[in-house]
Amino acid sequence: MKVIIDQDKCVASGQCVLAAPEVFDQREEDGIVVLLAENPPQDAAEAIREAAALCPALAIALEE
Amino acid sequence: MNSVSAPTHDALTTEIPDYPMSRSAGCPFDPPPELSELRAHAPVSRIRLWDGSTPWLVTDYADQRALLGDPRVSADVTRSGYPHQSAGLKARRAEASTFINQDDPEHARQRRMVTAAFSIKRVEALRPAIQRIVDQLIDELLAGPKPVDLVQAFALPVPSLVICELLGVPYQDHEFFQDRSKALIKSTATPEESVAAVRELIAYLDGLIGEKLAHPAEDLLSLVAEQVRAGELTRREAASMAQLLLVAGHETTANMIALGTLALIEHPDQLARVRESQDPKLIASAVEELLRYLNIVHSGRRRVALEDIEIGGVTVRAGEGLVLANDAGNRDPEVFAEPDRLDVGRNPRRHIAFGFGVHQCLGQPLARVELQVVYSTLYRRIPELRLAADIEEIPFKHDGLVYGVYELPVTW
Ligand code: HEM
Repeated sequence: MKVIIDQDKCVASGQCVLAAPEVFDQREEDGIVVLLAENPPQDAAEAIREAAALCPALAIALEE
Repeated sequence: MNSVSAPTHDALTTEIPDYPMSRSAGCPFDPPPELSELRAHAPVSRIRLWDGSTPWLVTDYADQRALLGDPRVSADVTRSGYPHQSAGLKARRAEASTFINQDDPEHARQRRMVTAAFSIKRVEALRPAIQRIVDQLIDELLAGPKPVDLVQAFALPVPSLVICELLGVPYQDHEFFQDRSKALIKSTATPEESVAAVRELIAYLDGLIGEKLAHPAEDLLSLVAEQVRAGELTRREAASMAQLLLVAGHETTANMIALGTLALIEHPDQLARVRESQDPKLIASAVEELLRYLNIVHSGRRRVALEDIEIGGVTVRAGEGLVLANDAGNRDPEVFAEPDRLDVGRNPRRHIAFGFGVHQCLGQPLARVELQVVYSTLYRRIPELRLAADIEEIPFKHDGLVYGVYELPVTW
């Protein structure tokens, strides 16, 4: 699975960090999303799909 | 004869219901029953508002989410067609413009000035301080007289103390700003009352911004003041933003504390699960479920279409208003099994009680931690907590932009 984030769209709601903290983090200066693992392990897949579904700004895309 | 008594299809569809609708007597936690009817039969249909306008009401979850995430949908209150909640709110919005009622790119520019303070890590770091505030207020409850009004003694002070600390607003001024906040979120406030309240709040916060400019501190208003110094915000914009953060930061969470407690008292099996669990996951799930079930911001997300949009079998024309009833969306059986049942274990993460789209609640990480601390502490420390009045006597905020209770007499 490949995760693509769009930092311009991100509104720093924090939803992805709550759903998949091992994959998503937030920039210290403005809370905008950063990716911790671009090709995360398979066992994180479900949490990542949940993060993408929860993102209110539709800023997370997945290539499976 | 038959054709006279049997209503025709046309007659049914042209009868436009008034909005907001009333909740059923005896069902204070459920949205108005007409909303479920509409969701099942006409999820996008016209309503009539206080000013006679007839915007679209959207009652199903999927269409609400689609519209709230759609850049052709605007939150700009200055556009004609925007469905204002009341004359008072319309007048207040003309007075102070904040990013909650602006579109990108200006919305994103201003929101990003304050997002750092609400990141998951920064808010998580506040948890011990929030726990101390909650413990101290419970100590005072236990040492004080009973019955007591839980709203004044606990539900309002918790988020007020927290947001004052975070913003750098002196808590000793709370009577002043809580009184003005009340006028702002009451849909029955007249335009004169709303405008007076917002002017006084903004004047007060402008004074604080001035102080932070002179003596910057480690708080969020100092960061906002810094944006004034950098020429990114006018003084007026900064004071308006401070007003938004102060009002949004305590009225909502206060209502979730009091109404959530009442809902749990009325569902003793669910209260027992919350009280007896040592599992933070169950507590977090209970917070999400109470947010979904109670959906306190109950007057609909308000928007206006920028272009023609096909949705739910109708065409919304450019310039037409949209009211997205997220209280109905959060009870949509397509998304939540047995939606009218309160089940603190179901963790309904996809609820839209914080809205959806770019305006989704900025303060949600903070609200979550505050509610997790409260729900995991209050019932454990006061296991005998119960109502000191009949539920029929409890004054509900039917007239509020944010739903809740005006008073909650409790004892133990
Ligand atoms: C349980 C408590 C809360 C609930 C239910 C709640 C609900 C909401 C909702 C539904 C919206 C979306 C408005 C829209 O789409 O038109 C919103 C936006 C907002 N909320 Fe909250 N809120 C809560 C707590 C807080 C707290 C603690 C803060 C702290 C400052 C806050 C600040 C804001 C702000 C600034 C916005 C505007 C965001 C934007 O336009 O980008 N809220 N809230």
